[in-house]
Order: sequence, then C-alpha cells, then structure tokens
Amino acid sequence: MEATSAAAASVFDHLEQAPEDPILGITVAYNKDPHPGKVNLGVGAYRTEEGKPLILNVVRRAEERLLADRSKNKEYLPITGLADFNKRSAMLILGSDSPAIVEKRLVTAQCLSGTGSLRVGAEFLARHYGVKLVFLPTPTWGNHFKVFMNAGLAVKTYRYYDNKTRGLDYEGMLEDIGAAPSGSVILLHACAHNPTGVDPTPQQWEGIRQAIRNRGHLPFFDSAYQGFASGSLDKDAHAVRTFVADGGECFIAQSFAKNLGLYGERVGALSIVTKSSGVATRVESQLKLVIRPMYSNPPIHGASIVALVLGDGDLFSEWTVELKGMADRIISMRHKLYDALRARGTPGDWTHILKQIGMFSFTGLNKEQVQFMTREYRIYMTLDGRISMAGLSLKTVPLLADAIHAAVTGAKA
Amino acid sequence: MASGLVRNGAKRFMSTAAAPASSVPAGARSGWWEAVQPAARDPILGVTEAFLADSDPKKVNVGVGAYRNDEGKPVVLECVRKAEQIIAGKQNMEYLPMGGLVKFNDLSVKLAYGDTAPVLEEKRVAAVQTLSGTGACRLFADFQKRFKPDSRIYIPVPTWANHHNIWRDARVEAHTFRYYKPSTRGLDFEGLMEDLKKAPEGSFVLLHACAHNPTGVDPTADQWKEMSQLFKSNGLFPFFDMAYQGFASGDTVRDAQAIRIFMEDGHQLACAQSFAKNMGLYGQRVGCLSVVCDNSQQAVNVKSQLQQIARPMYSNPPLHGAQIVTTVLSDPELKEQWYKEVKVMADRIIGMREALKSNLEKLGSSLPWKHITEQIGMFCYSGLTEDQVDRLTKEFHIYMTRNGRISMAGVTTGNVEYLANAIHEVTK
Repeated sequence: MEATSAAAASVFDHLEQAPEDPILGITVAYNKDPHPGKVNLGVGAYRTEEGKPLILNVVRRAEERLLADRSKNKEYLPITGLADFNKRSAMLILGSDSPAIVEKRLVTAQCLSGTGSLRVGAEFLARHYGVKLVFLPTPTWGNHFKVFMNAGLAVKTYRYYDNKTRGLDYEGMLEDIGAAPSGSVILLHACAHNPTGVDPTPQQWEGIRQAIRNRGHLPFFDSAYQGFASGSLDKDAHAVRTFVADGGECFIAQSFAKNLGLYGERVGALSIVTKSSGVATRVESQLKLVIRPMYSNPPIHGASIVALVLGDGDLFSEWTVELKGMADRIISMRHKLYDALRARGTPGDWTHILKQIGMFSFTGLNKEQVQFMTREYRIYMTLDGRISMAGLSLKTVPLLADAIHAAVTGAKA
Repeated sequence: MASGLVRNGAKRFMSTAAAPASSVPAGARSGWWEAVQPAARDPILGVTEAFLADSDPKKVNVGVGAYRNDEGKPVVLECVRKAEQIIAGKQNMEYLPMGGLVKFNDLSVKLAYGDTAPVLEEKRVAAVQTLSGTGACRLFADFQKRFKPDSRIYIPVPTWANHHNIWRDARVEAHTFRYYKPSTRGLDFEGLMEDLKKAPEGSFVLLHACAHNPTGVDPTADQWKEMSQLFKSNGLFPFFDMAYQGFASGDTVRDAQAIRIFMEDGHQLACAQSFAKNMGLYGQRVGCLSVVCDNSQQAVNVKSQLQQIARPMYSNPPLHGAQIVTTVLSDPELKEQWYKEVKVMADRIIGMREALKSNLEKLGSSLPWKHITEQIGMFCYSGLTEDQVDRLTKEFHIYMTRNGRISMAGVTTGNVEYLANAIHEVTK
C-alpha cells in the first residue's frame, strides 16, 4: 500500500482559472492599482462626497440596539427567514393597503439580497412553472443570465435600450413582449434600470403591463433601488404596485443592499403574489424545499436591522431623509458631470446623463474608449460604458470629464 | 398599436381588480400555481414547529441540534459577545469578495488542517466562505457536478437528512454505504468497507469528520486509517462534513483527527466547516469550504470556479458572522476563551449522556443503554422505533425526530429524569 504524499494528481487537474467577474473584477483591478489618483466607478456601491462607503445613521442606531439587547440570541431563523422582516419588506414594496397583503395571497421569504431572491424564485419556477423561459432586457445586470440559467431556465432577451436616443426602445420592447411565447417570465427592473438608468414613464409602464397581461406572461420584478432612484420609496414602487393592483400574479425580488447600505450583510426578500391564500401557503411550502438544500435558512443580522428600521416610526422617518440625501447627491453629480462636459465642449449630446435615473449612467462610451480611460486616467468602470454615479464626487468629476473628453476626441473608435 | 394602449392608460391603472377593457382581464384567467402541491414538512425543523405549538408545561425539545444550557436556554458565547463589541461601529458593510472574507478563510483552514499544515504553507488549499455547513456542502456538490459530471456521491446510512436533498438538487448521482449497525448501536465497519470497496474509482464519499449526525457513532483512529488506505488504493475522493469541531470531545485538534489522518496519507480532500454549533453562530450562517489541490495555481483555479458558482446563487456571503469568527480566532485571548467555552458545552453534553444512562439503568430498564455514553457529540441515536417516538410525543410531550435521534443538547438536569422515565415507559 502506498503511503507517500501527493501520489495521484488532483481530480480537478483539468480545471482552468475562471475569468474575473466583469463587475466585481473591476474593483479587484482597482485595488491592485497603486496610482493615488485612481477612481472606482465600477461596482454599484454608494460613496460619500469624500469617496467613502456610508453606513446609514439608522443602521448604526439599529445595530447598537441589537448589541445592547442581551436577550437576543443567534438561533437559526426559520427557512423562510425573519417573519417580521418579511412582513415589513412586503409592505414597503407593495404598500400596506395592497390587495395582495389584505387578501393574504402573498408569500414572502427572506433571501440573500437581490441575487438570492432572484435565484430562489428562478429555482421555484424551474420546478413548478409550465413555461421554463425568461426574457431579460437588453442590456441588463450581467449576473441575471447565470442566475436564471443555473436555475435551469432558458434565457432570451427583449429590446430595451435604444443606442441612438440613449433612452427606452418602447416600441421594440412591446413588440418583443408580444412575440414571446404565452406565459413567458418577463424580468423587469422595478426602477433605476441597471446598467442604463433608463426607466419607462408611468404611461409606458401601463402599456408594458397590458402587453404582459395580454400574453399571459409572468412578470418578475427586480427591485434593487427602491427609494434610491427618485428619493421617494412610494414613487419608486409605482410600477410594481400597478401590476399587483390589476389582480394578477407576479414575483418580486427586493434588495436592501443599496437603499439601506447593507451590501455585505446580504438582506433581501422574494415575494410571490398569487391568486389566493390557499395557493400562497402551498407555494411557501415548496419554496422551503428550494431553500433548505441551498443554505438551510438565511442570515439573521441584516434582516434584524431592517426589521427594526422599518418597524420603528422614528428610525423609518430618519431613513427616508438619509435615502433622499443619497439620491439627491447622485442627482447633483449628474448635473455636475453634465456641466463639466458642456464646459469642455465635449462633442455629443450628454443630456442622457441628466435623464437617466438611479445609481448608474450608461455613458455611450465603447469598450476601446473605456480601456483608454482606465489606462490613461485611472478611471475604473465596466467595459459596457456604465459608470456608477454614486462613486463620483466634486473632486473627481473634473477628472472624469477630462477622461471622457480625451476618449471621445482622441481615442480611436 | 402601442399608442392605442397608452391613451386610455393614464387613469385606468389606478383602478383595482378590474383591468382596463382593452386588455384580457388578469382576473379572468386562473392562476399559474393551482397545480402546486403542499410540500412535506422538513423532518427536523418541523419538530421544533410542533414543539412551539404545544402548551404543555412539561414539554421537552430534544429535536433540533442547537445547544442549550442547563436552563434549557440558547447561549451566546461570551467570546462572541466580546467580538461583537470590538466589531461594532468600526467596520463598513461593503460587499465581501465572492469567496468571502480572506482572513476568515485563512483562519478556518488553519483550524481544520492545523496551523502549520504543509498544504497551507504550500498554498495548495482553495478556500471560500460559505453559508454555514449547508452552503459549503451545496457549493461542493454543484462544483462536483460541473467538473466531474459523471461521478457519484456515496452517502452514509443514516445521515443528516438534508445531505440527500443537497446532492439531489445538484443532480449528482447518489449511492449509499452502510454505516450504523442497529444491533450494536455502533459502527458497521465491515459493511462500510464492503460497500465502499464496490464504489467505482473517481467516486466521492461523504464522511462526517466527527460526531456523526444523527448517530453519534464515529470510527476509531485505526478504522479511519484503514479507510484512508482503501480510498487511496481505490481512487475515492474524501469529502468531510465537519460541523462539530471542538464540540464533540471538547478538543478541536482531537475532533479533526480523521482529517489529519487522511492528510498524512496525502489525500486531496475537501472539507465543509460550520461555525453554527461550535461558536454558537447558528443564524449567522458562517462556514467555509476548502479543497486541497495539487499546487498553488490549481488552488487559484479551483477557488475561481467555486466563486463562479456562488455568484449566481448569492453573489457574496454575509459579513457579520465571518467578522465575529475572524475576531475570535485572530485574538489570542478570545481564542483561548473560545476553547474554554466550547469545552464547557462539550462537557455538559457528556455529563448529560452519563446522567441519562444512569437514570435508565436505575429505573431497571432491561435494554442496553451503554451506547448513550459511547456515542459522541450532540446526538444520541437511541434505537427507539417510530411508534415509540410517537408515543413519547403524544403521551409525554417529548419532541424528537422520528428516527429516534435525541439532541443531547436539549437534555438538562431539570428534565433528564422525566426523559428517562418516559423512555423507560415506552420501551419496557
């Protein structure tokens, strides 16, 4: 019998190194760069004017309360998470008087932020839904594809962003929704579309809703920026609420990463609006079977913070003020960048920077231009031309404007 | 076409149930989920649900495997409380990398393999932070499916029920091997070796590193050595699920001996670690998956591929629990305190095993009960039948899983006599 070490080669010898994630890899590259003037406009995480991450006041206060309460333990949550958190999250996105809540035909499960909520919902659909096909907008958050594919659904796309207008391709969107096989799952960004920042108007949302309901499609909302887009929680929930108001069914993935600054604590919720409370109960029992073999039950810390903030009148009010503060700073950065580009006489129409909403701006810059800006100006951003406005400050706007100007006037197309 | 729809839209969308006349009313069509059947309740977590619903004052919960002190209360370790104070107000809450907190991973694998393990010095271990033990097992199962799609997983009988769910959802072909021998209430070593000898080369084998769940029956060091040799000669891959390091014997080094034995024999194994029990961090979901590789480049490759599986599942793991573990393990005083606290928990359980056994013997039970003290860890596989368990629940309000598994952590000086009496009643 052999007793030597490292006899046979590893069974995983044939593996290759996987490429860096296109979004998270930007931060990896940024961190490696020793240059002092570097700017990270890659991942969508809010930064203060000083370029620092922000922990909201209400989060600090909630954490202090949790820490001081020695009666709190760290026991397992139920499979579908903290009940109080689930209840309040649903109320936040749907409105406390939502028919889905009043009629108890809603099931909500705490999940691992937006990603986890999408994945659990997708796994459920792959098991229980007749049409195993989801349509994603073009473009969309890169990770959407793998989330749905790894869950076992086929993925197609619908037109969304219009390159020429840098706005919504509304006609194309309705056409593609109309042509999709009846009952398809349609993924919709609830507000502040990522990466483009282009949202439908309320009128357009109504047209989209009708097109979806006409074809018997199933809407699946990704709500990662409620309150962060316009500064108003209710306004940002408008599209979702109209779909629920028409009595139909839908899925909603919520994230508290950005609007409560809880990024790393992975707090989110999957809500499924059904036709009846009987169906909701059965759906919940099946959701547990998806979750249990994935991670058993969700992490307690972040959800406890959110439940506290949402459940306490003072904390909630203070949160709305802090949220508006973040949204307003981003809007002001949009204006500053636009003004800076106009001042430099940078060729092109840059009004889309003002019209787009939320954390990101789809600049319209191409891959070569982006690579140029990274190389020459140490601007780190994703190759699709998306910049995180949240990463800008008064100090860095001029640098970015210079970089864009140089890229547009000097760099090869 | 589009503008026709929009014209009437402005006011209509504010109305409730009745949809605009121009669209097919959503209410008219039946829902999509009518065919969804109610799922069976989880056999373990369902026990606690039933316990909570019971109003009888004498009720006892020896169902779920979560530690309780002698007052029957959950415990937050003092070292954990101190760590939380240190963390409070200092950190930001940015996303962790997909593979989790690097310092946490480093400390975890040192705990599992030894501070100066050669594989660590040679940087041959790919390690990622996971959603506790479940998440580590699931990540590995998905990884196994992706890169060794035709391989099998061999699972001991019995095992933690969720193991089957995990590898099934990962779509890995699962087989079983004999483990527990009811007649001795001990290890069926001959059966185990016989079954594993039949496993085709390239098969993966799930092993509980210590404190086997649900039986509490562990192989001896010699038996582990023999198994290690078999794995080498037959090309089997050892996957260790280590959920109770420190919790079983009170000694973290001793509880990892199976892994150390396999490492000495040069195996390239993988390990799922959980900090749920040994640091009392249950709901924080803190764990680590590590895979030993040929060399450091391969470790980089494997880690990158594990991250590719994590990204579309949850993007990156939760921060808080990993910060707690890192703070405890990297502070010598806190680490010492942790060692003491984990030994207290292990010792209390060992004490309750002795108490339960002696109570049953005092009652004059004719059945053998030495397995109670021979088994180790949180669980005792009592040997009770499903009918006997049901009687315990109905007549005595004692809650446990129907396989007769008793969570010794739920036994206290206050209820051990009651429990012994009840068991005696249903088995005499």
